[in-house]
Amino acid sequence: MTRDEVFQRLNGVFQDVFDDESITVTETTTADDIEEWDSLEHINLLAAVEQEFGMKFNMGQVVSMKNVGEMADIIMSQAG
Amino acid sequence: MRELEYPFDSEYILKKSRKLRRQLLEEGSGFLPRKIAVLGGSTTHDIIRVLELFLLDQGIQPEFYESEYDQYWQDVMFDNPALTAFAPDLVYIHTSGRNISVFPSPTDSEAQVEDMLARQYGHFQVMWDKLADKYHCPVIQNNFEYPFYRILGNRDAFDIHGRICFINRLNELFYGYAREHQNFYINDMNYMASAYGLDRWADPLYWHMYKYAMCMQAIPEFAFNLANIIKAIFGKNKKALVLDLDNTLWGGIVGDDGVENLEIGQETSMGQVYSEFQNYIKAQKDIGVLLNVNSKNEYDNAIAGLNHPDGSLQPDDFIVIKANWEPKSKNMADIADELNIMPDSLVFVDDNPAEREIIRNQGGGAVAPEIGTPEQYIRVLDHSGFFEVIGLSEDDRKRNEMYKANLQRRQQQDNFGDYREYLLSLEMRGTIRAFEPLYMARIAQLSNKSNQFNLTTRRYTQSDIERFAADEAYITRYGKLEDKFGDNGVVSVVIGRKGRAFDTALYQKAGALTGAMPSEPCDVLHLELWLMSCRVLKRDMEYAMMDSMVRACQDCGIAVMMGYYYPTAKNAMVRDFYGQQGFTKVAEDEAGNSVWQFMIPEDYQPKNTVIAVND
Repeated sequence: MTRDEVFQRLNGVFQDVFDDESITVTETTTADDIEEWDSLEHINLLAAVEQEFGMKFNMGQVVSMKNVGEMADIIMSQAG
Repeated sequence: MRELEYPFDSEYILKKSRKLRRQLLEEGSGFLPRKIAVLGGSTTHDIIRVLELFLLDQGIQPEFYESEYDQYWQDVMFDNPALTAFAPDLVYIHTSGRNISVFPSPTDSEAQVEDMLARQYGHFQVMWDKLADKYHCPVIQNNFEYPFYRILGNRDAFDIHGRICFINRLNELFYGYAREHQNFYINDMNYMASAYGLDRWADPLYWHMYKYAMCMQAIPEFAFNLANIIKAIFGKNKKALVLDLDNTLWGGIVGDDGVENLEIGQETSMGQVYSEFQNYIKAQKDIGVLLNVNSKNEYDNAIAGLNHPDGSLQPDDFIVIKANWEPKSKNMADIADELNIMPDSLVFVDDNPAEREIIRNQGGGAVAPEIGTPEQYIRVLDHSGFFEVIGLSEDDRKRNEMYKANLQRRQQQDNFGDYREYLLSLEMRGTIRAFEPLYMARIAQLSNKSNQFNLTTRRYTQSDIERFAADEAYITRYGKLEDKFGDNGVVSVVIGRKGRAFDTALYQKAGALTGAMPSEPCDVLHLELWLMSCRVLKRDMEYAMMDSMVRACQDCGIAVMMGYYYPTAKNAMVRDFYGQQGFTKVAEDEAGNSVWQFMIPEDYQPKNTVIAVND
């Protein structure tokens, strides 16, 4: 799975969760860039990402993740 | 909506909740608006988000009050003004094992453990008492789920110092309160956690990161189970099962294989699966679910199959048996018609996906669950919660017999040329009285369930009903009807509020005043609710109720009755009800809301001449 593919699938997840097909995420996207991405929606988002890629974030990763680029790093390190 | 019917895809619901919500609101109409206060001991955000979907799917549009994090107790005990102003129709307390503040330690004495138990229970009990006293609305309280670790290992279950033991004892105290208080319901979170799998359920990440009492992925199943209690309280339960026969109630096809070759009974493992399913269905009858058959079969073959000596269901257990070669959608409509209930209160159970699809599309709103393979039938039907039991009345237990007696009456009717003669032959005896404690639950249930013969479709909780009964400003009547075929139980309810004729606020719903009004202000009775169960249509029970209301008015010097009709999708049959009772229409707006007036003549002649009334 290339980084591009990861981002493509992440776009789909973000669009589903926020019910907004105009969303595209980049390496530096953070919660500040998407209006409805608050701490409560964050949980739902992570659950949807886990389902999409068939992996689980551990607590340490959830706590330290700073932007979508770091999310992609973790996904790529765990997914086969 | 298919996506929200059990068994559902929880992750899909979580991910697509916004889209689903939008669709539900766009496609639905005539929602029942209800205010629900969610008072949490842990995070409730996503529980509310998903609960809303399941309630919308049941035709209930919730407005939520959400307590601040872990403020469930404070909100109630210190009268949070926001909660008071919200005036909930229902309060849900979302607490969990994480809210138990102390657990026994291995060195505690028995007395200390007892004391701890009493204190934990007392903390909740004062809150419930306060809620009942202040809000008079149904309360749903979670029980406690088991912890995901056991300090004492297996001993944790029975040793008084064990947490499992402590939780079981605390839960038992909760259940005792539930048994003694109507309008108080337990949401069995402990069962949900077990059914989901405790280790997955209790994933500590969700508590430590977000203060959720369970993992995110378990929330849809949890919220669905909770929504089932809520929809049952608000009268949205299903009423009847409509069952296919071949490969649904037994293995094999009776017409092809012959009765002797059907798989049912203890001989084969498949036979055992069908036996267990038949036993499950038979038990539904005892909680008041109406059983019916809809099968493509020769009638005689169907009966022969049901008479199989190893099957627990017998032809007698069913009210309507449709075994023919008609389309199943036509049979569904006929069954609803014969039972006198709406098609959307039917649950269709059939192993054939094509038949299920037809019923989904042409079944008049009947549900057709994806029941899976025979060994899954019970779980799917059971977890779907179509018939969630919120109270068990004598009526529920006897409902099948009552509907059967109704069919016998229909048959008898065919033997009489004159309708009045037929009514007299039924030897009807009515009891019509002001609300009495014994029937409060049934009266509330009727106000929530009756759709067709219901003039104003006002829904009341049991505490509302008790309040009207105690209030001098109201005249209340319930009507019970028996005849030679059986007891129909309480079938009609009328609530009138005493007032003045020129109480114009009452006319708002019907628009501008027109027509003749009494020239002088006088005492009137506003008929706020008039309903009757359709199982006693055309028995003149409505006239007996009218007679009783007139007498009650005369007894307290009321000369005028005002009737109100508010149209809904389902109550067209009573559009002219007040006209038939001798009322005059005095106002009607464009939406069809109408106001009717009846000046009680001094020489009022009783309209009922066929029911012997005991009041």
